[in-house]
Amino acid sequence: MVERQSPERKPPEHLSPLEPEFHVGSHGNFEHGVEIILTETTPGSIVQLAAWPGEEKKLIAAIRTVTGLALPDGAGGGVSDGVKSVFGFAPGKFTVADEAEGLAAAFAKVVTPAIGTVTDLSHGRTAIRIAGPKAEWVLAKFFAIDFSLPAFPVGAGRSTTHHDVFAQIQRTGADQFDIYVFRSFARSFWKALCHASEEVGYEVQ
Amino acid sequence: MLITCPYCGPRDVIEFTYQGDGNRQRPDPASQNFEAWNAYVYDRLNPAGEHNEIWQHSGGCRAHLRVVRNTLTHEISSVAFVRGDHGSAARRKAEDKA
Repeated sequence: MVERQSPERKPPEHLSPLEPEFHVGSHGNFEHGVEIILTETTPGSIVQLAAWPGEEKKLIAAIRTVTGLALPDGAGGGVSDGVKSVFGFAPGKFTVADEAEGLAAAFAKVVTPAIGTVTDLSHGRTAIRIAGPKAEWVLAKFFAIDFSLPAFPVGAGRSTTHHDVFAQIQRTGADQFDIYVFRSFARSFWKALCHASEEVGYEVQ
Repeated sequence: MLITCPYCGPRDVIEFTYQGDGNRQRPDPASQNFEAWNAYVYDRLNPAGEHNEIWQHSGGCRAHLRVVRNTLTHEISSVAFVRGDHGSAARRKAEDKA
């Protein structure tokens, strides 16, 4: 994080794909208050990990070694400490994000070829955060999954699609979700998310 | 039509891709038993009722699933991972099912 703020660490590659449609401020029907906050979280690293059959426990241990995060048991289980996040999205497969760069290199040292694979998706995904009292309500218009807190607990992850745009969603707060979408679809998805938030009033930060 | 993925829970059929008849037995690739190959490629039971099928949760966890679907009612009576060793990952509770 500190590294990214120094001028020499801000090359053009950090330009956001959302930039032409990223308009900071309040939009839509916000006269009665803003009920949605939209932002881009710009993690420095996004990594996908996959365990070979039977090696899942070793991979979960490796995630703990590298990130310090202990994955809860269960399908789609996950955890976030505000800086680093991890969640399961398929049997034996996990998405890990970190504000700092270099996560893939750190995992490559620990996840040996006998345990599984490490795929660096830092440039391939865009992370969009939707927060606010109507976040569940807006997302329910997009995805046919249960967003209620008992069915989708804090930290947990889900993989699903919105009109063929593949999305991985992690709940990072009671009314906050981080959505990972393909970078090339991110601007289109962002525009759709803005439109869907208009009727309750949203703020881009 | 909802398919209850053992990993993801109940999801709309739009997230899934049909991967064909689940009853087929592929002959040994080195086999020159043409009758067996013919049966593998062409012979289908085409039942009016319960049918074994392979589906992939392509819009979700991407796992391949063994699904038993009733061709008359579209009722799904069973869903399991094709790869049996995913069993430990299937931890969705029964009450999550649609």
